[in-house]
Amino acid sequence: MTQVLSRRSFLASSAGLVIGMTLPLAARAQSGAAAAFQSGAIDEASFAPNAFVRVAPDDTVTVIIKHIEFGQGPFTGLATLVAEEMDADWGQMRAENAPANDELYKNLAFGMQGTGGSTAMANSYMQMRKAGAAARAMLVAAAAEEWGVPESEITISKGEISHGSGKSSGFGALAEKAAGMTPPEDPPVKSVDQFVLIGTDLPKLDTRAKSTGTAIFTMDVYREGMLTVVVAHPPKFGATVGSYDDSAVLDVPGVQAVRQIPQGVAVYATSTHAALKGREALKVEWDDSAAEKRSSAAIFEAFSKAASEGGKDAEVLGDGAAGIDGAAQVIEAEFRFPYLAHAPMEPLDGVIEVREDGAEVWMGSQFPALDKPTIVQTLGLSPESVQLNVMLAGGSFGRRAQDTAHFAGELAEVAKAAGAPGSFKLVWTREDDLHGGYYRPLTVHKMRAGLDADGKLTGWEDVVANQSIMAGGPMAQMMQDGMDPTSYEGSTKMPYELGNLRVGWAAQESPVSVLWWRSVGHTHTGYATEVFLDMVLEAQGKDPVQGRLDLIREDAARDRGVLEKVAEMAGWDGTKVKGDRAYGVAVHESFETYVAQIAEVSDAGGYPKVHRVWCAVDCGVAVNPNVIRAQMEGGIGFGLGSVLFDEITLGEGGVVQQANFDSYRMLRIHEMPEVMVEIIASDADPTGVGEPGVPPIGPAVANAWRALTGEAVTELPFLTTMEA
Amino acid sequence: MRKTILMAALLGAAPTLLALPSLAETVKGLRTVDEFDGIENETERSVALFTEMMAVIEHPRCLNCHPVGDSPRQGMDMHPHVPPVVRGDADFGAPGMRCNTCHGEENFTFVTKEGSIPGHSPWQLAPIEMGWVGKSAAEICAQLKDPERNGGRSMEDLHEHNATDGLVGWGWDPGEGREPAPGTQEVFGQLTKAWIETGSACPDS
Amino acid sequence: MVSFELNGKDVSVDVPEETPLLWVLRDELQMTGTKFGCGIAQCGACTVMLNGMTRRSCVTPVSMVEGSSVTTIEGIDGPEAEAVQAAWEGLDVPQCGWCQSGQVMSATALLMEIPKPSDEDIDNAMAGNICRCATYVRIRKAIHDAADKLEG
Repeated sequence: MTQVLSRRSFLASSAGLVIGMTLPLAARAQSGAAAAFQSGAIDEASFAPNAFVRVAPDDTVTVIIKHIEFGQGPFTGLATLVAEEMDADWGQMRAENAPANDELYKNLAFGMQGTGGSTAMANSYMQMRKAGAAARAMLVAAAAEEWGVPESEITISKGEISHGSGKSSGFGALAEKAAGMTPPEDPPVKSVDQFVLIGTDLPKLDTRAKSTGTAIFTMDVYREGMLTVVVAHPPKFGATVGSYDDSAVLDVPGVQAVRQIPQGVAVYATSTHAALKGREALKVEWDDSAAEKRSSAAIFEAFSKAASEGGKDAEVLGDGAAGIDGAAQVIEAEFRFPYLAHAPMEPLDGVIEVREDGAEVWMGSQFPALDKPTIVQTLGLSPESVQLNVMLAGGSFGRRAQDTAHFAGELAEVAKAAGAPGSFKLVWTREDDLHGGYYRPLTVHKMRAGLDADGKLTGWEDVVANQSIMAGGPMAQMMQDGMDPTSYEGSTKMPYELGNLRVGWAAQESPVSVLWWRSVGHTHTGYATEVFLDMVLEAQGKDPVQGRLDLIREDAARDRGVLEKVAEMAGWDGTKVKGDRAYGVAVHESFETYVAQIAEVSDAGGYPKVHRVWCAVDCGVAVNPNVIRAQMEGGIGFGLGSVLFDEITLGEGGVVQQANFDSYRMLRIHEMPEVMVEIIASDADPTGVGEPGVPPIGPAVANAWRALTGEAVTELPFLTTMEA
Repeated sequence: MRKTILMAALLGAAPTLLALPSLAETVKGLRTVDEFDGIENETERSVALFTEMMAVIEHPRCLNCHPVGDSPRQGMDMHPHVPPVVRGDADFGAPGMRCNTCHGEENFTFVTKEGSIPGHSPWQLAPIEMGWVGKSAAEICAQLKDPERNGGRSMEDLHEHNATDGLVGWGWDPGEGREPAPGTQEVFGQLTKAWIETGSACPDS
Repeated sequence: MVSFELNGKDVSVDVPEETPLLWVLRDELQMTGTKFGCGIAQCGACTVMLNGMTRRSCVTPVSMVEGSSVTTIEGIDGPEAEAVQAAWEGLDVPQCGWCQSGQVMSATALLMEIPKPSDEDIDNAMAGNICRCATYVRIRKAIHDAADKLEG
């Protein structure tokens, strides 16, 4: 659903209206990230019509981006919205991270500052256009006054303000005057047919810095006298520090201190290497009494048993599961999904500088609204005295969206335990990352479908057993009747008319921490439903594409649209196997973006080699088609790697068996298929693209694989990780 | 589906450690030359000496970089090298990713986890004609004696290579987290010498 | 004390000799374009040029570069590097960007040896560089584009 910007919320966001030569500290570029993109002009901005737009004397327009940039393109996308309404030239646009400020920069879909759920574009669409339109109106008013002409006679094109008399000006020359104009309360915005920039492949604003090594991320922040800190965490989930011996640690050159914190034992050193060597020398006795000691195999058995018992109703249509009773044929399958780590390329990190009068923090904070209060509370400071600079981040895929603010908490504890002002950089290694929990929940789906004697579907049941992401954390208050829809989203509200249907959820518990992982519940529901449906269609003797089209409800036109489009793109003719290649299809909506994919696979010696993927996506207005294609390509690669190779497993006793990329394999370039993307033309308000490319690739590949080999892959990944 | 690719099993060439007589004099699992003195027939003794050498030759520390194809293997299970690498024109990797892109002059012990990345100068694959993976003792023996397939070495050179070459010697000093080849390079050199002196006979299979 | 040439300038650092070059570049010399991704030569984010060839700095003890020439993303130049970076911009290759310094280094090294690489050449050179955002489609295309541009 598109966030409709109310007048009230716009005015609220204008409460921090900044006009004049100087900017408040909060709005100034603190991050080096910003320095990479800006002309250096923002500090001299002479026109700041609202919390989002800065116009500098050199004509650059800097858009303050309230959503963290870690690859999904908000810097470019949100700047495009502003540029469109200002009639700016793309070359004059810059982007910069907004600092933590819940009032000015909240996500209108969440009511707090944060990024996730592929909401960045959807919630900003009208807000940023209004911000751009307001800036434009003030520039026009300034020009009219300057030139003594009616506002209605002034035009703006590509950053040039003009009047029929021959007068013209760039934005910069009129910026100071514009700052004195009254901001319009509700400036009109363009209609879709008036768009000049929206819908075109504008170059991304962060590309150059990221291609030349000049983009600054959290780990690249170095402060005077800064100590680097690594923390020894318990090897088992739920364990705590019993005792520790640091006698050898302090002998490591460069190590300055060792402190116990609630999360483990922290080693402080003058360099990263010294900190790591110090931690290596640390001996910790862990208290495992409350730890998860089950292996993944044991957890699967427990969850499978719980799913067999049916769980609570999440969705019941018609006669529910009773429709399966008395069916002539019952098709059954149990799907098993392992824990998955997000493994962003930049491991979790943060820098905190504690001063006598407050603190400044640099981190790739995805939920500033939760991270900052955690730091404030841990350090016992006032909110006003803590500045959180949101940095570029080397990927997230959900990992930085911490409802528990656990990393900000650890960073603050590190600073607190130091006992004195100073700068501290907390770094997690890849091993800390892969052992560190917050995984995609281990999940079991028990699926059943009934067919009558004529092969007609009589009922469909899908019982999901997994751990809730929201339960136990601050998001728990959003759960109704103890139900967490993110556990089974996608199994419910399918686009198909399946008659009698029941989706059940059996909530499970474990000390293993779980978190949203790029497309959340859809990571497993998309796979389970689309593979199982393919099996049902096969039992019915139906074509995978036509069979789906026959089932798609009348009102699910966008699901139908992407499926028809992808079939056309791939030249689908009902032949599932051609030579050594097989073809599989899947369609899945997530976050109100509709994606269908067809995968072409062959047998690479017991597992699938994916050659080509056709992808059709409907995300409403395509603000930047280039970014949308990139997200589909990336989502396909991300999803493919996980279904082929990835699992985090707990061995006997509950210790994670993977440690680094040698045992938790990432998709590599030779495994990446060719990807063809088409975007459905649409006037609908835009929806997100960061996650929705992920869910269909797994089932599309699995369906092709089943066509090729007859083998239904119900337990992921396709290949267990290889020993290094 | 959960498939673990065990290369050794696929190749039918599981590393074999010989069943050792309980009283045999061994150095780190490799029998010394004098252990074979009791075999009177020289050819039989030569074959027995070579069979003992095979415990080293077939050990993954040696076999992993003597592939018959274009990619080395790794680990005791001899899985394909991760990341995937190729032999290249000079048995030294591909342009952009040579062996020494990762492998240094010495073994490098990881700081963040157990284990190490092996190193030696030079570090490279055995030429393809010296590939052993999947071959029988008889085939490898014939190959070792053939200058076309042993790097143009005389038998004297071969002994020198086995007894003193640094990269061969790495097999007994493979770095943290890796099982060394059986014995020592010294014993392996002595076995090679004795095998040559007894006529470098090959086993039948 | 270890001395080497970094991006054309002589530098000396006083650190334990087993310290990985990666951390010397970042912590001691503030060359932050070279990234930490795994620490075990599996991901390629830390790739630099050592005497003109790619090298994973995370498994390179700084003692190994004594007297050598090290080039990082900050110092890389020449027609191949320029063509690669221009192609990266032309196709908007990066997403999160963390791995891209290493990708650019490997791609440049490839083109310095093979001006017109095949898809297989690209796989062989680039398979050691992980991109978690999976920008691989564009990396491949950008290398071909850079090769075309170099050809003129």
